[in-house]
Amino acid sequence: MQTKTERNNPAAIAELSRRIALLAEGRGHLTLMHVCGTHEHAIVSSGLRSFLPPSVSLVSGPGCPVCITPEEDIGRMIHLAEHGVTVTTFGDMVTIPTTQGSLADARARGADVRVVYGIAQSLAIAAQGTEVVHFGIGFETTVPTSSVALEARPDCFSILSVHRTIPPALAFLHEAGIAVDGFIDPGHVCSIIGTRPFEPLARRYKTPHVVAGFEPGDVLMAVYLLLVQIAEGRHDVENEYARAVRPEGNVIAQAHMERTFESVDAPWRALHDIPGSGLAIRRTYREHDALWRHRDLLSSFSWEPRHDDADCRCADMLVGACSPRDCPLFGSACTPDSPIGPCMVSIEGTCNIAYKYG
Amino acid sequence: MCLAVPGKVVEIRDAVGVIDYDGVRIEARLDLVDASVGDYVIVHTGFAIEILSEEDAEESIALWKEIEAYADKDGKE
Repeated sequence: MQTKTERNNPAAIAELSRRIALLAEGRGHLTLMHVCGTHEHAIVSSGLRSFLPPSVSLVSGPGCPVCITPEEDIGRMIHLAEHGVTVTTFGDMVTIPTTQGSLADARARGADVRVVYGIAQSLAIAAQGTEVVHFGIGFETTVPTSSVALEARPDCFSILSVHRTIPPALAFLHEAGIAVDGFIDPGHVCSIIGTRPFEPLARRYKTPHVVAGFEPGDVLMAVYLLLVQIAEGRHDVENEYARAVRPEGNVIAQAHMERTFESVDAPWRALHDIPGSGLAIRRTYREHDALWRHRDLLSSFSWEPRHDDADCRCADMLVGACSPRDCPLFGSACTPDSPIGPCMVSIEGTCNIAYKYG
Repeated sequence: MCLAVPGKVVEIRDAVGVIDYDGVRIEARLDLVDASVGDYVIVHTGFAIEILSEEDAEESIALWKEIEAYADKDGKE
């Protein structure tokens, strides 16, 4: 199978760019939003925004799972680590700052904090008899991997779930009055959930959606398809990434998720509580839910919410209301080596990506 | 986070597949897909999350080919 074909032919890209400019003419300013750190990476690293006319803005929404994980949950993981539990997490979560420092600070003080590439590594550590709590972050792409781990009912193993789901976040953005003319939906979230969960959103808020893959050509094609929909006055859910996304999604993965998790209202860092956007571990699996399994340890956990730095504009960034250079801290007080807000910490954070690629 | 890379299943042992990326081979869990040897899968955090299908992508490919053909024709005129 060829995984790259017409999508990276320069002549085809130029033609697509020309068609986009033609479609955008006379339509005023259009704001298109994606909600995926990997999309932002593809866009910035390829210079894709330079292929769009000035009247088309491509903005980044709340698509970085590390960025939107509440500080308080990171605090819980630090608390567990400092009370003798081995904690495992994905890489860039380790350096996210909180009022109680970061997981990396806890590790420097002697706590056992380990970075894993996937949850199977956490299971391998637990299989050796070490009590492990895995930090269950991520959207629908990652959730079924947590489900498979829970269903194995492994000894010495639990998950602190901060998993979140994307469709309720898009509804939240609409309800919050964010002006978006079209959504580029995240390809690998849709590999799991399919395209159908976006259909009620497209209808209700009269906004076109296109599911896109992660090559720059995929994203540019999604922009083109959105502009065609806008020109034709349609608000459908289209699938640019059919090679990896079926309308019904991955039903095997969905069954694993359904057996192990239930939807709950949940906070997103720098945003608010979003109804139905969190996933709590079902009671059947509570022996492997860190909140239950380590309830005695966690009963001594307390949290002082802080006010984020008044100048930090991560909250605006996460709803696409500003770009990194609109923030007075960007590149001066706030850099990847010394980040203030989560958008600068995560390799999927909009500020981090903007800093890296200039 | 949701970065996932396509590779070819070259061997299956229980729920674990050996995935080939142009010669580099890694193991990935196959619990979430009904994959066979020879399938291309997308792997995310150590799990194959979907089987790639160029057949399902025919419409997308046709659109790209149309744009490509137009661009080529335009360039020659």
